[in-house]
Amino acid sequence: MMQTQANAALQIRGLTSHYGRIQVLHGLDLEVRPGQLVALVGSNGAGKTTLLRTISGVQPASGGEIFCDGRLITQLAADKRVRAGICQVPEGRQVFAALSVEDNVRLGAYSRRDREVEADVARMYALFPILGEKCRLAAGNLSGGQQQMLAIARALMGRPRLLLLDEPSLGLAPLLVEEIFRVVQQLRSEGITILLVEQNAQAALSIADVGYVMETGRITLSGSGAELLGNDEVRRAYLGM
Amino acid sequence: MSEFLQFLFSGLTTGSIYAVSGLGLAIIYNASGVINFAQGDFLMIGGMATVALLAAGVPLPLAIVLAVLITVAVGACLQRFALAPAGDSDALALIIITIGASIFIQGIVLLLLDKNQHALASFSGDTPIAIGGASLLPQSLWVMGVGAVLVVLVAAFFRFTLLGKAIRATAANHMAAQLVGINTRFVLLVSFCLAALLGGLAGIVAAPITTTSYDLGLTLGMKGFVAATLGGLGSAFGAVAGGLLVGILEAMIAGYVSSAYKDAVPFVLIIVILLFRPQGLFGGRVIERV
Ligand SMILES: Nc1ncnc2c1ncn2[C@@H]1O[C@H](COP(=O)(O)OP(=O)(O)OP(=O)(O)O)[C@@H](O)[C@H]1O
Ligand SMILES: [Mg+2]
Repeated sequence: MMQTQANAALQIRGLTSHYGRIQVLHGLDLEVRPGQLVALVGSNGAGKTTLLRTISGVQPASGGEIFCDGRLITQLAADKRVRAGICQVPEGRQVFAALSVEDNVRLGAYSRRDREVEADVARMYALFPILGEKCRLAAGNLSGGQQQMLAIARALMGRPRLLLLDEPSLGLAPLLVEEIFRVVQQLRSEGITILLVEQNAQAALSIADVGYVMETGRITLSGSGAELLGNDEVRRAYLGM
Repeated sequence: MSEFLQFLFSGLTTGSIYAVSGLGLAIIYNASGVINFAQGDFLMIGGMATVALLAAGVPLPLAIVLAVLITVAVGACLQRFALAPAGDSDALALIIITIGASIFIQGIVLLLLDKNQHALASFSGDTPIAIGGASLLPQSLWVMGVGAVLVVLVAAFFRFTLLGKAIRATAANHMAAQLVGINTRFVLLVSFCLAALLGGLAGIVAAPITTTSYDLGLTLGMKGFVAATLGGLGSAFGAVAGGLLVGILEAMIAGYVSSAYKDAVPFVLIIVILLFRPQGLFGGRVIERV
């Protein structure tokens, strides 16, 4: 039995996952320390989304181990992982389209029973004023960028200790992309540990403490954000230089 | 005019039963994608259990409460032991499981009780109330009243309670629901219990009018299915409107044409609707699915 790093917020060892007979994660290792902003980059179909889903427990692991704050969670049900502090902003936003913006925000706190939910709703509207203005509208009526903010607010309502972000800037106008990255940095400065999956490798690696590069279900490179930005292979494959 | 009113009363009464049954169907369909062919059996269990408990000397109010609890327990078992083990099987397999469960439930009731038709005594006597030249049975008022109250309560549950919203969220996006910490297995269980509760209560208030027997679920379940499809599967409002519509059309055809054609009404309706408006009368137009 290997000793887990006591100071890892998330530790993944030899993780494998399948869709039916197709193996997508091939023994993956990754570590996120408390308070870190870790960026994960990789080309289409590398398995980034599958990895985040497996961490959240909505996709089963077929092998390997996931530790959260030193606790083994590989077999834990998805809703219990939210209670353990793992919240995700899924790829494609996945807001509850028929429900109101406010209901979406409040459902983010579904796992909480404390009295500060109300104050947190107000905090979310302060962070994203547009959500406050549109709180009565059905979430499906929001624009793509607004839905992304809603998805982030919904995840934050779970009071994450580890926030998983799956391509939050995908398909957004440049101004909104900047806004999203500004929010991500703000969250990090508030002490939330973040694992950020991004196609926009340049932007992600330049704000990340640590970066990982993923190819066909394996980690192929890792290092500090700055190191990876200077790496020739990364520059060629992901930064188009 | 008084004749029309008479048919309307009769249609609204049976329509209320179909509406509540269709509502249960829509709730399960939304939460799980399953068309529950055992929905009609919930009505049968409610009625038959009340009859059996009364025969055993239990007073009516207690018999009703117990019969509803029994129905809810059956709904929970259906989800937990018949459907949950099938996991992510495709919708058709799950539907066939509910058909099997329906036959199984009828067999059990046949074994435990009997194959006779039973009529529960009316709750408030049988003296008709005269309205506009037509007469209305007190039990019809019970059926319509309970139906209306149930529809309002269910609507409020989905609109205002956290659990109701969690069920809608699960129906809208199963994965996102899990990601906010909703225990979706529990949500499924609650949906089946709720559908059984609706079915059980509808079956009990209807029993003095429809009479009840172990195989009652077959026809009632079919009518509820037609109601829900007519309204647009998955639309709760549509299921209620569809139920009332089927009930009223049946009564009008029976009254003005011949009662021989009455039972053909739902099936003709469903063929017409599937041909010309497959999303149902209210499906597609409404964004809200529950
Ligand atoms: N539900 C699924 N069923 C079967 N195969 C899937 C499923 N989801 C993803 N895959 C496959 O698994 C592989 C990894 O997909 P995944 O979505 O995890 O990649 P990704 O790195 O997130 O890609 P992208 O950058 O496009 O979001 C792909 O080959 C994809 O086709
Ligand atoms: Mg992806």
